[in-house]
Amino acid sequence: MAEKQSNGLVKYFLIAISVIFLFLFLVLPLYVVVTEAFKKGAEQYWQAVSDEYTVKAILLTLEATVFAVVINTVFGVFAAWAVTKFRFEGKKVLTTLIDLPVTVSPIIAGLIYVLTFGRQSILYPLLEKYDIKIVFAVPGIVLATIFVTFPFVSRELIPVLESQGTDEEEAAALMGANGSTIFRRVTFPHIKWALLYGVVLCASRAMGEFGAVSVLSGHLRGKTNTLPLHVEILFNEFQYMPAFAVSSILVVMAILLLIIRSIIEHKGKKETEIR
Amino acid sequence: MTEKKLKRKTKNVRVIPGFGLSLGITLTVLSFVVIIPLATLVIFTAGMSFNDVIMTVTKPRVLASFRVSFLTAFIASAINTVMGIILAWVLVRYDFPLKRFMDGMIELPFALPTAVAGISLTALTSDNGLVGSFFAKFGIRLAYTRVGITIALIFIGIPFVVRTVQPVLEKLDPSYEEAAGVMGADRFTIFRRVIFPEIWPAAITGFGLAMGRCIGEYGSVVFIAGNQPFETEITPLIIMSKLQEYDYASATAIALVMLIFSFLILFLVSYFQARNTKMIQGGR
Repeated sequence: MAEKQSNGLVKYFLIAISVIFLFLFLVLPLYVVVTEAFKKGAEQYWQAVSDEYTVKAILLTLEATVFAVVINTVFGVFAAWAVTKFRFEGKKVLTTLIDLPVTVSPIIAGLIYVLTFGRQSILYPLLEKYDIKIVFAVPGIVLATIFVTFPFVSRELIPVLESQGTDEEEAAALMGANGSTIFRRVTFPHIKWALLYGVVLCASRAMGEFGAVSVLSGHLRGKTNTLPLHVEILFNEFQYMPAFAVSSILVVMAILLLIIRSIIEHKGKKETEIR
Repeated sequence: MTEKKLKRKTKNVRVIPGFGLSLGITLTVLSFVVIIPLATLVIFTAGMSFNDVIMTVTKPRVLASFRVSFLTAFIASAINTVMGIILAWVLVRYDFPLKRFMDGMIELPFALPTAVAGISLTALTSDNGLVGSFFAKFGIRLAYTRVGITIALIFIGIPFVVRTVQPVLEKLDPSYEEAAGVMGADRFTIFRRVIFPEIWPAAITGFGLAMGRCIGEYGSVVFIAGNQPFETEITPLIIMSKLQEYDYASATAIALVMLIFSFLILFLVSYFQARNTKMIQGGR
């Protein structure tokens, strides 16, 4: 009996520690964003959110996110297919290279792109000839966003495809199905949820990327300013209320994606359980 | 024998169409996004003299930034390892209201843009902030000190250990602990001898992943750090300011040291991860 009681004590003690820790580190920061954003009333909040530069930053963030999601999804599907359905030399090197971008500090990611496309690069004369601007321009921001979210889709797909094996695809191929039919009818139903999950992960990271984008953007207001960079500028200008108002947009987007993510996770789990 | 078998299988596997296409697309995109930029870094580095690199990275201010980055990342990851094990344990073993909500919350640091986390933690811990004002009464400053940096890094690193330890605990059959309890082991012994040996590779993996992330972290730290040279200046910030001065050689030299560090950590992580997968799959 005494043993059981102390068991309960340990349980509540551990739950209490966890709740306090999460409250301090996760709930309070969100609370601060909301209270600071509405400190001067709803009207001021609306003004900050609908400010011309804010709207432009929202659009640029969406643009970079859409590009990153589309390219990384296409890449992720093909890469996962190549890696899991075939045997070839150098597979390990390939998967390491795919995973590499997330292990690199965002600042270094930015630096690498500046070296590649900036003024001192060997590619620069070529870029100048065709009048392509990458560094301190929108393409640079898009590229940086793609880079930091590069493996997000393929990383979700590879384990699923790996555990599924190749038998079903082989059978389909032997029965005469072509590549796209096999993918659509055999493979896709297996990876549906994992793919969606990867897309959401990719989107939520892409819209919030700061370091790499910051290096490549040059901070031109209204031109190369994404939402997170806009937050930085406002904060550094001591415009705290607008900074938090703009942040609140990102918070809402982040929480929405978080909810979608847990729904996807739940549904995916349910479906595999039924099978 | 096995060699032959593998080779025969290779031929069979190619029954599935699309090898050329999928590998082609993969390699093309990979080249543009990762390989060419990385090659440029290598080419650029090759053009620098070794002495210059050493000179740059051993400047006192740069060395101090390595110390700050490493120390704060280490402390934050250590705290996250302890808290991560507790959180994973609570989420796997106990039932209580709002548990699902709590489980979802863990992912917040992955989802919340780092700049937003940075400014709200700064507002929270500054001398007139909600938490900062409490500590200010005792003369303790949080924001704009190393403590502030550590706080931001704890926030960033929360999900790593929880998410690596959780699956291991889920696989761990409570009957072993019961058996140990029946045989008279007290709870501490059970943890030390039954649970800990199972989860430590996962915990170390989580620690390494968090550490790798924290060393390179920029967005959440710049606001709270105060960026005083020698005191609260982190390495990514030095790289950033070198870039703003168009001093690409110095930026690259410092970045190289950081890259070596993170690859070292990654290497260790993958070693422990291999052990960890073995454990999840039942020691095959």
